[in-house]
Amino acid sequence: MSDTKVVTESKSKPVKSFDVGSWLIPIIAVLVAMFIAAILIKLQGSNPITAYKSLFKTAFGSLEGIGLTLGKSTPLVLSGLAVAVGLRAGLFNIGAQGQLLSGALAAAWAGVTFDGLPGYIHIPIALIAGAFFGSIVAGISGFLKAYRGVHEVITTIMLNSIVMAIADYLASHQLREPDQFLTRTSEILPSAKMPIYSHLPLGFFIAVALALLIWWILGRTTSGFRIETVGRNRHAAWYAGISVKKTVISAMLISGAIAGLGGAVETLGITYRYAPAFNLGLGFDGITIALLGRVHPLGIIPGAILIGGMRAGAANMQFDSGVAPELVDLLMALILLLVTAPLITRFFKNNSNKSMTSGWGN
Amino acid sequence: MSALLEVNGITKRYPGVIANDNVSLTVNAGEVVALLGENGAGKSTLLKAVFGLIKPDSGEIKIGGTPIVFGDTAGVISRGVGMVHQHFQLVPVMTVAENLILGDEPKRGLFINQKSAREEIITLSKRYGLEVDPDAVIEDLPVGMQQRVEILKALRKDVKLLILDEPTAVLTPQEIDELIQVIRNLAKSGVGVVLITHKLHEVMAVADRVVVLRGGKLVGTTSPKETDEAGLAQMMVGRSVVLQVNRTEAKRGGVVLEVKGLEVRDDRKIMSVKGVDLTLHKGEILGVAGVEGNGQRELVEAICGMRHRETGNVLINGVATKDMAPHAVHEAGISHIPEDREKHGLVANYTIADNLVLNQFDQEPFAKGWIRNLGEVAKNADKLVEKFDIRTPSAFNTAGSLSGGNKQKVVVARELSEELPVLVAAQPTRGVDVGSIEFIHNQLISARDNGAGVLLVSAELDEILSLSDRIAVMSDGKIVAIVESKDADRNYIGRLMAGLKE
Amino acid sequence: MKLLSKRNGYFLIAFLATLFFYTRDGDITTSVYATGTAFALPLALAAMVGIMCERTGIVNIGIEGTMLLSAFVAFFVSSLTQNIMIGLFAAILTGSIMGLLLALMAVSWRMDQIIAGTILNILATGLTSFLYVQGKTIPNVFQAIEVPGLSKIPFFGPVLFIHGPLTFLGLAVILTLYVAIYHTPWGLRSRAVGEHPSSADTAGVSVARLRYINVTIAGAIGALAGAYLSLELVGSFERGFTAGKGFTALALMIFGRWNPLGALGAALFFGLAQAYANQLMIDQVVNIPSQFTAALPYIMTIVVLTISAGKVRPPAAEGQPYEKGQA
Repeated sequence: MSDTKVVTESKSKPVKSFDVGSWLIPIIAVLVAMFIAAILIKLQGSNPITAYKSLFKTAFGSLEGIGLTLGKSTPLVLSGLAVAVGLRAGLFNIGAQGQLLSGALAAAWAGVTFDGLPGYIHIPIALIAGAFFGSIVAGISGFLKAYRGVHEVITTIMLNSIVMAIADYLASHQLREPDQFLTRTSEILPSAKMPIYSHLPLGFFIAVALALLIWWILGRTTSGFRIETVGRNRHAAWYAGISVKKTVISAMLISGAIAGLGGAVETLGITYRYAPAFNLGLGFDGITIALLGRVHPLGIIPGAILIGGMRAGAANMQFDSGVAPELVDLLMALILLLVTAPLITRFFKNNSNKSMTSGWGN
Repeated sequence: MSALLEVNGITKRYPGVIANDNVSLTVNAGEVVALLGENGAGKSTLLKAVFGLIKPDSGEIKIGGTPIVFGDTAGVISRGVGMVHQHFQLVPVMTVAENLILGDEPKRGLFINQKSAREEIITLSKRYGLEVDPDAVIEDLPVGMQQRVEILKALRKDVKLLILDEPTAVLTPQEIDELIQVIRNLAKSGVGVVLITHKLHEVMAVADRVVVLRGGKLVGTTSPKETDEAGLAQMMVGRSVVLQVNRTEAKRGGVVLEVKGLEVRDDRKIMSVKGVDLTLHKGEILGVAGVEGNGQRELVEAICGMRHRETGNVLINGVATKDMAPHAVHEAGISHIPEDREKHGLVANYTIADNLVLNQFDQEPFAKGWIRNLGEVAKNADKLVEKFDIRTPSAFNTAGSLSGGNKQKVVVARELSEELPVLVAAQPTRGVDVGSIEFIHNQLISARDNGAGVLLVSAELDEILSLSDRIAVMSDGKIVAIVESKDADRNYIGRLMAGLKE
Repeated sequence: MKLLSKRNGYFLIAFLATLFFYTRDGDITTSVYATGTAFALPLALAAMVGIMCERTGIVNIGIEGTMLLSAFVAFFVSSLTQNIMIGLFAAILTGSIMGLLLALMAVSWRMDQIIAGTILNILATGLTSFLYVQGKTIPNVFQAIEVPGLSKIPFFGPVLFIHGPLTFLGLAVILTLYVAIYHTPWGLRSRAVGEHPSSADTAGVSVARLRYINVTIAGAIGALAGAYLSLELVGSFERGFTAGKGFTALALMIFGRWNPLGALGAALFFGLAQAYANQLMIDQVVNIPSQFTAALPYIMTIVVLTISAGKVRPPAAEGQPYEKGQA
């Protein structure tokens, strides 16, 4: 049993095996999901081929389309990244939605409030405001997890609803656009609007840069090592002198900050204001994207672009083929179902046997 | 008449391992068969297949002449087979009665008939002379009593074949004697018994026939009349083994670790270390002997900063350590090979290289400020993999892919690589193959010879006897005696472990 | 049984509070309690789903999705066939399939159970929002039945004995589950599997089969909760209809210590708190923004968990896949 192959080559370099098979699964999952959805479209009496054609042509067929797609992808990259960072620390942050909302509202507030600043100062301030509030919301869950052992899945999802209620209240009272029938905040000042370079939104590049940064932090820094160790075996982490409590809280703070940034980017680059029911699905899309990208900071980018493209093309698809844009929600669910079954077992199987669901009490 | 149990050509493969390779075995009524072999030889796998817990890939198992359906535990039980498992198969939060009736509950309509359950248990325990309280909750019972429940559970159906998988691991020598008596009585009444063990003197004491497995294969059948312990050991390992460890006289130096009046509670908040004093010198191995569950684990954890100390002091080189964090104790000068290596010692899906720096990842040279130096991590790994003979294709394979022995070598390599003044080794060879045991023992001795003080805690009395310079016997949370190993007598220590006075 | 146990304490407080409110205004208190019971039922039933699963060691955070999809199916099949009984059965079938799917992922595929449950939730959201059609109606809702005689008792009659058939069915399920868990062989085996699966395995109980059965039945109970919402309590369906009740239920399950009656008590407390908040709004006694009363159950959920965390002991094998012969 123990007599495995004797060491031959000792001067080994870190082998980054690019496992083709494991990256093939997400692609197959997407194709199978589209096929299943096609059957449902057919059953509804529409033509799936027309629908898909319209969907992808709108999304990727022109520079404008690609710009729109990247715009839609930006918050998705960030919410996927937020979920991925949590998962790396063994935390399932399903509250990216609430963190994103608070970031969006904070950015809307900052975008209206700070008058007379140049764009290169105003935009960063608004982005930081968004990240900060997203961080606070997630930090509550992190704190309760670390010090009270309350499972983050419940607290983050409950905070989604709580944040939505508070944000709606603020948007319809203190932060409401004056003398308007609609409940929404005022449009942000021009200095806070994020520029678009020949259809390509600045926000997307910020998101990609952040993904690169997180990738580097996780792989190369001591902080990243702490997060990864806590995620894989928190007993060993504690034993090795890593503060599990601090790491859990800081991972949640980072995760929330990224999600909050996602909301801020959406406000400053696309919607220019906050209104109730602000992009309801974004946070949950992040879960699918994180898992589709194999919980890898860079792996989430293609997934986000794909789903962003679907979101971008959905309206035109309805116009061309009569298929409801909610098709994308269905596709996401199917993709998630198909991609997790084989993949997650691979990724989490050896996670000291109990990956994330160690029960509620601990 | 056909044999009670007939196993014909059983083969069971796991990914990368053949656990059982065409193994055959026969057990007759009234016979005690010992199944002998080192860890990983495939003993448990074979008997789990007999009991219907796992499905073999090929072969045939007959009970009383009729084949069993593979994987049908309930069917096997109904045919008069009982099994006492290596790890207690008792639900800790349930009562003795609930545990005993589980799987075949006496019913009244749709409900459990509590009254007849109790009556049945009282009759059962009287019949075998194993008294238990049906209403006691398992987790409140001492280990010996839990073992009793486990045996009763196996005997509940009119048992014709009883399988015992390492039943003595947690018992005192005296409790082992009682168990052997129970086994003899059962055999006398016509029950066939299969006993898995790797303790040779037990085999010599109780078995009618000995079947030896090695590397999944049957290597021979013998009986205590035809051989002796050394002969059995040779069959088991496949070469003649030196049961004695070679070591020189200890060069004892000054005190490196002092434990004064230590009191510690266990997970259930019960005081389990009740005022322990110990001194460990430079250049010696101090063995702590004791039956498991007498406070050794809590003692080690309290010394190493993993558990809260109620009162008392732990001094390293004369300096008190108050800090609770394991890392702080480590920095003060204690290396620790933790008892539960899967839980505390390793991150299974990290590379061996990362595991080898697990407690130093943020220190020079493995990190410069915030940034890790992966080159140094790799260099360190190459050095230690070679020095500690860790058998792996590359230092960048995951630790989880290693065998138990090699996993333990990773932990040992990491803990010894820093050459700290104190080494605490808790059950350092548990679940480790014989080759690795030898290697680890030699490493402990060379750590001692290099001037470290080694505190060795082990449930294997043989390990304590062969490695220690001094032996502290722990019973019921107290150190009841400390003897020089040259004066140590096996029986005397056994009695002390059992809590008997002299 | 201690007289001053925590449980008796809760009873006493509940009794005194009720008495206090009732003596101030009997009619309103009665109606608030009746509404509170109606609010509590879906939460309690959803908590039963959690209890059934977790007692056998499966964490189910897909209760929300199970309820949502079942409520949807109940409503739309009723609308399509113009028969609410068919809708109810379709819903129960849907819930069982959701349960079966969870069992497949958690038991056979050995997936991380939190992720498996999340898939159920996202799947339900995706399916319901894609298939949702506006403006559908159902012929009728399940009408309240007055239990002869008992419903005439002041206070208790309206609160306990005037309800729709699904309410009575739901209460029967809860009581049955309570008795079954603690007094039948099935209950003993389920608890053993949830605490220490290898003990059950070695005693000849099939861990995988029992988990499959329990999680599937639990799915059907979740469907009852969903159908109750769309066919009895509300009589309609919207996107996101269940509004987090499946998650609140998990908190109630924990607060009730995985005991059906404990969870029922916690659910009643939640239901009553919400009914009172609504009453205060109607009476305009206090001027609370509607957003805050909407957020109340979520805040209470977090508070309840924060209080009970660390003081309760969940089934020990919860969340861990089991492989036969692992003993």
